[in-house]
Amino acid sequence: MASSRGSALPPVFSATFDEFSLAEIRRAAATGVYDIRGMGAKRRLPHFDDLLLLGASISRYPLEGYREKCDTRVTIGARFASKPIELAIPITIAGMSFGALSAQAKEALGRGASAMGTSTTTGDGGMTAEERRHSTQLVYQVLPSRYGLNADDLRRADAIEIVVGQGAKPGGGGMLLGQKIDERVAAMRTLPAGIDQRSACRHPDWTGPDDLAIKILELREITDWRTPIYVKVGASRPYYDTALAAKSGADAVVIDGMQGGTAATQTTFIENVGLPTIAAIRPAVAALEELGLYRTVQLIVSGGIRSGADVAKALALGADAVSIGTAALVALGDNDPAYEAEYAALGTTAGAYDAWHEGRDPAGITTQDPELAARLDPVAAGKRLANYLSVLTLETQALARACGKSHVNHLEPEDLVALTVEAAAMARVPLAGTDWIPGNPAMARGDA
Amino acid sequence: MRTADAAIADLEVMPLRELNAAFHAPDVAAIAPVWRVKNPHGAHALACGVDAPIAIDIDGHVGYYCAGMNQQATVHIHGNAGTGVAENMASGTVIVDGDASQSAGASGLGGLLHVRGSAAARCGISMKGIDVVVRGDVGHLAAFMGQAGTLIVCGDAGEGLGDSLYEARLFVRGRVASLGADCIEKPLREGDRATLAALLERCGEHGVDPADFRRYGSARRLYHFHVDHAGAY
Repeated sequence: MASSRGSALPPVFSATFDEFSLAEIRRAAATGVYDIRGMGAKRRLPHFDDLLLLGASISRYPLEGYREKCDTRVTIGARFASKPIELAIPITIAGMSFGALSAQAKEALGRGASAMGTSTTTGDGGMTAEERRHSTQLVYQVLPSRYGLNADDLRRADAIEIVVGQGAKPGGGGMLLGQKIDERVAAMRTLPAGIDQRSACRHPDWTGPDDLAIKILELREITDWRTPIYVKVGASRPYYDTALAAKSGADAVVIDGMQGGTAATQTTFIENVGLPTIAAIRPAVAALEELGLYRTVQLIVSGGIRSGADVAKALALGADAVSIGTAALVALGDNDPAYEAEYAALGTTAGAYDAWHEGRDPAGITTQDPELAARLDPVAAGKRLANYLSVLTLETQALARACGKSHVNHLEPEDLVALTVEAAAMARVPLAGTDWIPGNPAMARGDA
Repeated sequence: MRTADAAIADLEVMPLRELNAAFHAPDVAAIAPVWRVKNPHGAHALACGVDAPIAIDIDGHVGYYCAGMNQQATVHIHGNAGTGVAENMASGTVIVDGDASQSAGASGLGGLLHVRGSAAARCGISMKGIDVVVRGDVGHLAAFMGQAGTLIVCGDAGEGLGDSLYEARLFVRGRVASLGADCIEKPLREGDRATLAALLERCGEHGVDPADFRRYGSARRLYHFHVDHAGAY
């Protein structure tokens, strides 16, 4: 039937009820359950792409790439720990659990990180022998579920990370579906195999910053003040969270923006809760500066880091180091077009596969299926990760040298401009070609 | 437990860090198998992370996380305990003569926690194998998300007992204010009575009849996500 406006007019689609929204309404109506996935926020958000580095000029001269040093070493945790983490590069591997990832994937992460002199991180579910053996510097997470947490592994860890939240779901707990819970995963978590395992959203024995300070004290006492202690939060109120974590005695604060998140959770949570990564860094830095703890308490930023340019921009905004999760999985081989036929069979395509919670990953990374997991060669995958980390580092150095910096941590906000008003306001750098920083630069609390 | 040749540590003189470091010394059991801690004055993180078959008597009240992550040691608190006493304990025994604050035995992997007074909210939260015996009452959300181990409450239990429970076994002699999501009463079997009798005997809770207890466990309806139970998650 012709429309009342006449057949000459093309059909008009709603910008509000777009193709994805309509499909989601149909899916929800058909199934009655909300959608769950991994891979962080996929909506377009202000990101590092919206920032540019200025490079050198008459007033700022660059460094020669082939002979002038640009240091990348970072020390994490010297505030209180007698054995701080010494990173050769300011790019670390974020926490991802054995259970969510295969043992081969965890081993590969350890191999790749160790080859480049950086750290990797456990996850919800504890520490495996493989990742400890292959990680020269291993950060041990203390999560609300306390799955796999024990004093022996705590003492074996090179750093401890108290996880308050993560970028994919600030304020949310988690669930690992039963199909990923084989006997080994179940035993590490003290739960029956094959059942869905819920992870709490709050720690069982502390609430609030006063308690957190005592929890940190306990962990320091247990480890005889050797081990650095990080506090990780999802980016939501970075000014206050950073201030409270630092005041509670953390050696380092990890801020995870909403583009981050290998953890699966409800799509509505991933896309609608938290802050973009670039909006979280300056408030966190401001909090540390006000406490006189900037560069004493290290700031590690994660959430959507893909390239050396992203690393350089994060460091310029004030991070001491960054952490990568999704990019590391891709470097291992996740979403590889070589498996396109299998991705298609799962109803998706290489590059868009995000059902990491279902355990059917053709690349053998986000699975506990023995046949799928065996596809990933930890040695080769570790080498790919090391290559990738090397490229990130070289790119970061190239950009830092171009800005005249002899250490990548010398990059600063003055080296940046923004391409959009939104990015300028969030990153608190001028809109390109102007001296205009939108918003109220005097107001430190950018998370209001 | 107190002996004439116990090593004496006075927290009015000795810094906490120094005392805990002494407990962590590899040869602590050979040097001093029995310790007596004087003047704890509610200190936090006291005797945490001990991994040795030693006995520690604490003369007074302690703050948060006393005997946290304990392994092998027997820690006897002659007073009340703050939040998270014996949290994540893996083995050994912790005795609280008085009351315990919230989250007693939280995420405990093993060993025995005996509270001779009452325990506040979230006693045994996320328990993973620990045995907890409370002579008095427990507050709300006891054994929340309890995965394994045994909680015995000789008195009453507050609201939401065993909420989101996995495989931990709960026994309550008194009144239960309410059960949490997915927690149900189950028959008290002969094996349960034997478990009760053994733990009560080990704690010296004589005169308590195992037959007076009621058993609670998981209905296991939350073991596999289903939209009909979404409201319970």
